[in-house]
Amino acid sequence: MTLETPSTTRRRPRYQIKLVGMLGLAIIVFWLIVAAFGPHLAPYPIGEIVDQDYFGPMSRDFWLGSDYLGRDMLSRIVYGARYTLGISLAAVTMACTCGVVLGMSAAVAGGWFDSVLSRFLDAMSSIPSKLFALVVVSAVGSSIPVLIFMLAIIYTPGSYRFARALAVNIAAMDYITIARLRGEKMFHIITAEVLPNIIGPVLTDLGLRFVFIVLLLSGMSFLGLGVQPPAADWGGLVRENIDGLPFAAPAVILPSIAIATLTIAVNLFIDNLPVKIRDRSE
Amino acid sequence: MNKHILFLITNRIFISMITLLIIAVIVFVATTLLPGDTATILLGQSATPEAIEGLRKAMQLDEPAFTRFITWIVAFFHGDLGISYANDMPVADMVGRRLLNSLKLASVTTAFAVPLSLFLGITTAVMRGSIYDRAVTIFTIGVISIPEFMVATTAVLIFAVYLKWLPALSLTADIDTLAGLLRAYAMPVITLTCVVSAQMIRMTRAAVIDALASPYVEMALLKGASRKRLVLSHALPNSLGPIANAMALSLSYLLGGVIIVETIFNYPGIAKLMVDAVTTRDLPLIQSCAMIFCLAYLLLVTIADLIAILSNPRLR
Repeated sequence: MTLETPSTTRRRPRYQIKLVGMLGLAIIVFWLIVAAFGPHLAPYPIGEIVDQDYFGPMSRDFWLGSDYLGRDMLSRIVYGARYTLGISLAAVTMACTCGVVLGMSAAVAGGWFDSVLSRFLDAMSSIPSKLFALVVVSAVGSSIPVLIFMLAIIYTPGSYRFARALAVNIAAMDYITIARLRGEKMFHIITAEVLPNIIGPVLTDLGLRFVFIVLLLSGMSFLGLGVQPPAADWGGLVRENIDGLPFAAPAVILPSIAIATLTIAVNLFIDNLPVKIRDRSE
Repeated sequence: MNKHILFLITNRIFISMITLLIIAVIVFVATTLLPGDTATILLGQSATPEAIEGLRKAMQLDEPAFTRFITWIVAFFHGDLGISYANDMPVADMVGRRLLNSLKLASVTTAFAVPLSLFLGITTAVMRGSIYDRAVTIFTIGVISIPEFMVATTAVLIFAVYLKWLPALSLTADIDTLAGLLRAYAMPVITLTCVVSAQMIRMTRAAVIDALASPYVEMALLKGASRKRLVLSHALPNSLGPIANAMALSLSYLLGGVIIVETIFNYPGIAKLMVDAVTTRDLPLIQSCAMIFCLAYLLLVTIADLIAILSNPRLR
């Protein structure tokens, strides 16, 4: 973002996060709590038809209305948070771990290992992500472990490229040369010498990639190729209730808004992190 | 054109070829080897081993994977896309008309999105920091961080539910009259334009801001050139390359958007065909659609890079 206020930021302590960033963090924490304690928070059982009406409006009994079968929308969204956040978090952790480890290894090792890996991962990232997902789902079907692996594979190349670009600069430093001369092993060099120097930007990148994964997962579920019924993540909830769109039922609007609050909150939080942490993330 | 440029261009095209080959391998492995035995899929669980063996021979499935890959890729570039599992029609016939429909949608969207985002991108860069700039930035960041289907549903809510200008989700076959045609295209085009121009505006804005920060613009400013002259005759000509590059790159977002938009509005394009093929696991159809999409994407990205090379005056 371009809100530059150098005169105020310079005087403040280093690790202060701006108010907008705190708001973003609060929303992220809110959704994490909802996902973690879902079963205790949901007012109705997940699959039970409780409303006489379908696509019911917001009311005192059903805070967020009811869906196309008359199930409580609040409970559906609370449970949906578990799928959306759980799958995305698992996938982003795997993608970034693989990407960062490979990226650091490539930067430190160099040579043919680096060029072959870079060429291959570049080719992989030139398959549009949604298309890649469609091909994988058509080949091996769509269960939750498959979704997690698929999302992780799709976003590994991006993470690799990012980490490699950072690590290449570190690998040229004198202390890496000295560590090599000392006879340190590859594992020690990347964990003890390279990783601590790039951890800030890498975590920032993890946040952005999390947003991409949430968007792709929701998109796939919306197409009916992600999380399979009767379970439903937020994208799946929009698909189920799409018939309510012509009369603006809350059941079709609210899950989208849930996704938007999560992704925008992560973006706000990252944009407002102290420069010292996100450093060269641009 | 000198030798250096020629070298860069052939090099870039060579890299694209290698990438295309790797993509073809990935698509082939994913759709042919991963799902298991094709003959078993076709004949179902209850088929006798003899029947499966016979079909395997007939389909040449007993040959090594490498030979099958070569046969497949050669046939693909000769226009022989195989036979659909679902309805025994040649895939080429099914894809042809649908591809044309999708290209129509894409070109109409491009015709709207490019001028719109050029205008917004350049004006926001010039009026950087103004309320207008912030409003556009918030809009673009908002569109980028929500899923494409939400852009579509929001468009439906605004134009069909509240304003009642357009029909909601039904794409009727009534495209004989001009009004009917406009109504059929309006919603998909609005949605796609939003998705694509959000990217374009951001990239254009960044390119112009980059140019405005350069020493020669500062020099012109110090000489007392007017703001208009500064932008139009100093900054813009030099950022045309990066802008064209940005345009080609963001057009590749069309591919992701088109998959969602064709599904939600029931548009008879190739992306809808592919999503349906995935649901019925019609592998030859998926293979062909995936290759066509990857080709289109690779073409756009390569063009973007070539523009970047050709427009760099330092290489001339």
